[in-house]
Amino acid sequence: MENREKTVIIKHLVKRFGDFTAVNDISFDVHKGEIFGFLGANGAGKTTAIRILCGLSKPTSGEGTVAGYNIRNQQEAIKKHIGYMSQKFSLYPDLKVWENIELFGGIYGLSDKQIAEKTTKMLKALSMEDARDMFVRDMPLGWKQKLAFSISMVHDPQIVFLDEPTGGVDPVTRRNFWKMIYQAASNGVTVFVTTHYMDEAEYCDRVSIMVDGVVEALGSPSQLKERYSANTMDEVFTKIAGRSIREE
Amino acid sequence: MKEIFAFISKEFMHIFRDRRTTLIVLVMPVVQIVLFGFAISTEVHNAVVDVLGDMSDPMVQQIVCSIENNEYLEIGKILDNPDQMNERIRKGKAMAALCFENGFDRKLNSEGKASVSIVSDGADPNSAQIVSSYIKGVISSEQLNITTQMTGGGAATMRPNVQLMYNPAMNSSYNFVPGVMGLILMLICSMMTSVSIVREKELGTMELVLVSPVKPFWIILSKLTPYLVLSVINFISVLLLAVFVMDVPINGSITLLSLVALIFVGSSLGLGLLVSVISSTQQTAMLLCGMGLTMPTMMLSGLIFPCESMPVALQIFSDIIPAKWFIIIVKKVMIQGAGLSSIIKELSILTGMMVFLLWFSIKKFKTRLS
Repeated sequence: MENREKTVIIKHLVKRFGDFTAVNDISFDVHKGEIFGFLGANGAGKTTAIRILCGLSKPTSGEGTVAGYNIRNQQEAIKKHIGYMSQKFSLYPDLKVWENIELFGGIYGLSDKQIAEKTTKMLKALSMEDARDMFVRDMPLGWKQKLAFSISMVHDPQIVFLDEPTGGVDPVTRRNFWKMIYQAASNGVTVFVTTHYMDEAEYCDRVSIMVDGVVEALGSPSQLKERYSANTMDEVFTKIAGRSIREE
Repeated sequence: MKEIFAFISKEFMHIFRDRRTTLIVLVMPVVQIVLFGFAISTEVHNAVVDVLGDMSDPMVQQIVCSIENNEYLEIGKILDNPDQMNERIRKGKAMAALCFENGFDRKLNSEGKASVSIVSDGADPNSAQIVSSYIKGVISSEQLNITTQMTGGGAATMRPNVQLMYNPAMNSSYNFVPGVMGLILMLICSMMTSVSIVREKELGTMELVLVSPVKPFWIILSKLTPYLVLSVINFISVLLLAVFVMDVPINGSITLLSLVALIFVGSSLGLGLLVSVISSTQQTAMLLCGMGLTMPTMMLSGLIFPCESMPVALQIFSDIIPAKWFIIIVKKVMIQGAGLSSIIKELSILTGMMVFLLWFSIKKFKTRLS
């Protein structure tokens, strides 16, 4: 990576809910334009950590910045500079494609002119010019997913969080979607992605694997495979996540 | 400000693009008012009364004739044995029967008393009571005529003159218009609001909105505003229907009435928000609103059963239902023409409820987010 500018810096992040420590002292950096895979079994603390990074929740202790803003006291600024796409590719099904774009453009404070430009550009890039007036509920899942991804970047965020972005999608659509992710990363957008598909973990620049609230492994897929003498990321994950003592 | 506007207009699209929602929001109120107004009436019209007795008897003829002339009653069949009478009541062909003893006229004139019995269908106690009291009324006014005839007009009689203040015609719509108005406003505000919020939770769009820079308070506000607007429309349409179709007057100040409605709408929105915090699926929200809010409102707010005749425990419970206070105030303002000074107690209670419900639900909603 030629550009070493850091978009996410996390130092000794801890989040406790009562007696339960969901996130236990994690630290990592994510560089600009990097595709960062955030892996872990269910209940490992991934969601809690992402909520903190998105400015939805405050850490119990620890420091960090996202897109240059402090996760403790600049949550509003963080929200303006990040994009988010959930595993449901949530858009409003009863709104048309352009209305969804307009709505989220509006929510992120874009002007009418900017929204109009964005809409044209986005639909062109997605080859969905003809689907402009289509209701989102009538779209095939693959289209919906791509649209949701584009809409999550309607305000040109520095970093985009993808929470299991390919759940329930066929392998071809998944591959196409990863092309979009690469595209975004090559434009300098940092992609922070969680997934349960280990073949996707191979596509990431770097991967972190969380077990019981702790980042157990962090490195590029090839480094990790070497370190754990495994052939695939799947094996790496099974070896590491197998150490979990926490109930799911 | 632009983001709020985008949000609110989106909310209206949800409502008007879903035919079912539109129907519930705009057509249901009209249907309810008309239904309650015309179909569900507690008054009894054209109740069929059979007669068991000797129609050649002049006194019997006279009474039957005046029953026939009564606008609420109608003579069915003239029967000659009690079996027929039972049969017809059982089959629902007659609501009541009037049995005269033999030689009714003769006995009345010679012995000064004769007996007549009213038999009515107790399977439907409400109507039975109403019909028998109509018949009793007819008989007692006949009785008065006879007494006057026999004693030459000099008898001392007492004729009670019953006058119903505010509602001389005993129009049942005077009771249900305020009630149905309360029910409609509550339903629209609490059910529709909670369902629309919970739907976003289910769709996952709520997550997207929350990670956006829009502040939670504005999200809540933009969720509530459309239903507030719709309530205003419904309030106006119910009032128009009440005045022009149901002939229910607005005797008090419309401004005061609107203010009260607004306060009630606020408390209902609070309830809706609260339901949305508790429930995670639309079904739960719907069930909670239906069983938890609508049922108690129907049963305990005085809309159907008067609060005064409830057991003490239920009366106390009914006190925490905002609709009860709303209905009381609307009756006072709309029907009695009361001013602010005579509703101050109820209004303060309702306002207190609104402030508490809104404050509590917004607080809950916000903590739920973080």
